Amino acid sequence: MKTSVQPNGVNSKESVTVVGTVRRKSLWKTTIGLDLMILPALILTIIFSYIPMAGLAIAFKNYKPGLGFSKSKWVGLEHFQYLFSIPENVQIIWNTLIIAGLKMVAGLIVPFIFALLLNEVRKMRFKKAVQTIVYMPHFLSWVILGGILSDLLARDGGLVNQVLVSLFGIKPIFFLGDGNWFRFVVVISDVWKEFGFNTIVFLASLAGINPALYEAAEVDGAGRWQQTRSITIPSLLPITIVVGTLALGNVLNAGFDQIFNLYNALVYDKGDIIDTFVYRLGIIDGKFSFSTAVGLFKSVVSFVLIVSAYRISYKLANYRIF
Amino acid sequence: MYHKTKSYRIFSVFNYIFLIAVSLMCIIPLIHVLAVSFSDKSAANANLIGLWPVNFTVDAYTKTILNENFIRSIWVTLERTVIGTIFSMVVVILAAYALSKDSVNFRRRNIYIWFFVFTMLFSGGLVPMYILVQKLHLMNTLWVLILPGAVSVWNIILLLNFFRGVPKEMEEAAFIDGAGHFRTLISIYLPVSMASIATLSLFTLVGHWNSWFDGLLFMTDHRNYPLATFLQTVIVQQDFSKVTVRPEDLENISQRTVKAAQIFIGMAPILMVYPFLQRYFVKGIVIGAVKE
Repeated sequence: MKTSVQPNGVNSKESVTVVGTVRRKSLWKTTIGLDLMILPALILTIIFSYIPMAGLAIAFKNYKPGLGFSKSKWVGLEHFQYLFSIPENVQIIWNTLIIAGLKMVAGLIVPFIFALLLNEVRKMRFKKAVQTIVYMPHFLSWVILGGILSDLLARDGGLVNQVLVSLFGIKPIFFLGDGNWFRFVVVISDVWKEFGFNTIVFLASLAGINPALYEAAEVDGAGRWQQTRSITIPSLLPITIVVGTLALGNVLNAGFDQIFNLYNALVYDKGDIIDTFVYRLGIIDGKFSFSTAVGLFKSVVSFVLIVSAYRISYKLANYRIF
Repeated sequence: MYHKTKSYRIFSVFNYIFLIAVSLMCIIPLIHVLAVSFSDKSAANANLIGLWPVNFTVDAYTKTILNENFIRSIWVTLERTVIGTIFSMVVVILAAYALSKDSVNFRRRNIYIWFFVFTMLFSGGLVPMYILVQKLHLMNTLWVLILPGAVSVWNIILLLNFFRGVPKEMEEAAFIDGAGHFRTLISIYLPVSMASIATLSLFTLVGHWNSWFDGLLFMTDHRNYPLATFLQTVIVQQDFSKVTVRPEDLENISQRTVKAAQIFIGMAPILMVYPFLQRYFVKGIVIGAVKE
């Protein structure tokens, strides 16, 4: 075995271990065992990931289940032209961008501020308890939360409307039946469910700030607000950039599970997103080819966004997942 | 010291109040559902319930448990969760072990890695998947709930990173004693990574318990619905035609307290395993297993 080999595409952390092992030389006789271990995952991935990718070809055809895959007529980009020529379809792309964009911004700001505030707490037990509680909704499914929300937000007798009516004397709000309120509810409830997760990410990086910085600031007579502004917030910038850019990859993912479990025909104009549209069109109406074309458009754009997001966050903050 | 200044003390008081308020906002909805589920149905219909049951009764739970569709869906969920989690973990562990080897000794490794990672970045989407499952005649089988999601690339990456942290000396000792890869995995790697594997299993388990869309998509017969899909149809879509046979069931199932009871049963297991999920943040145990 050559000792100077530097395998392609490995990061620096790996090459350290590589050097260590090479010096000792591998004791295995063969790698067939390793291939066999990968085999089950490989077969499942081919069947359930790569074959559907090949199936994307029906986006360029007029797929009829009766005719089968190969006999269906080839229509080229017809479905894509149709997608962008109808205003209602373009509206759905807009809905997706608006909802996903609002979620992204709110989903970054809220945990950021919350982590800063939680960081000021000195009682460890209290801190831990708050963390535990706010992280919990993350694990509940949107089916459960959809059920809870539609009960809480009901126009007649929902807990939220009862409180609002008795406090402000306003008319009950039709949260899930009015398009603008619907978007608002979607963004707020998503933040409510997920902010605990990013809070923990931010807290972890707050814990990593060198205490000497604060001590020095203290000696210089800086108050807590000044310390926060000049030490804490700048120290959080790298992780914020990472979380933010990685969220960019989700800009066409407005949250199928959530929308599907909250929406109804009344709010299609403002609340329908690409994924729910594809489901209704493809599975319910059976327009296989057109809905696949819509899905393909989304997959391609998302792919480009995710890859560039990882590149950007690697460049800006030296972040790598593996 | 800034802690002693008056303005910081005032801030502190408001901060505590704010944090408590936010925490309450995260659990009040759950408590409300619990209160409704234990209340009398006339009190629920009159919207009298806040955070405490009115006219305490377990009536809603009795009705839920007597509904055979509900019980059947729980059974489907238990099956898919147990079989699905074990199956998925076996596949993931095997792949993670092999991929944790470095590419100097296992040359095809990087090709394999990219083969798997690519599926995280790009997918065929809903409709091709649906047609595939139809062609494979997997509709209405338990396997359709287990196989497509079994290879979690994310879990493979987490676990392979963990396996890399296992001291090489341990595996070398095993190889010298004549153990093969499989034996090394079972006797060396598994025992030291039990905590990580347990955590990943719990995450997989929660995923299976919560998963509802595959049931809706691939089960045309409502008797094959897992619990989450059943709840989705009854509580969210409010479509009772698929899940009730007798008219007397309809009244029971659409009742607000019964819905609340079903929601609570749907989330209770998650709330129970949640404290263990938190261990995710406690780091591994390998350090110190071998002296350098």
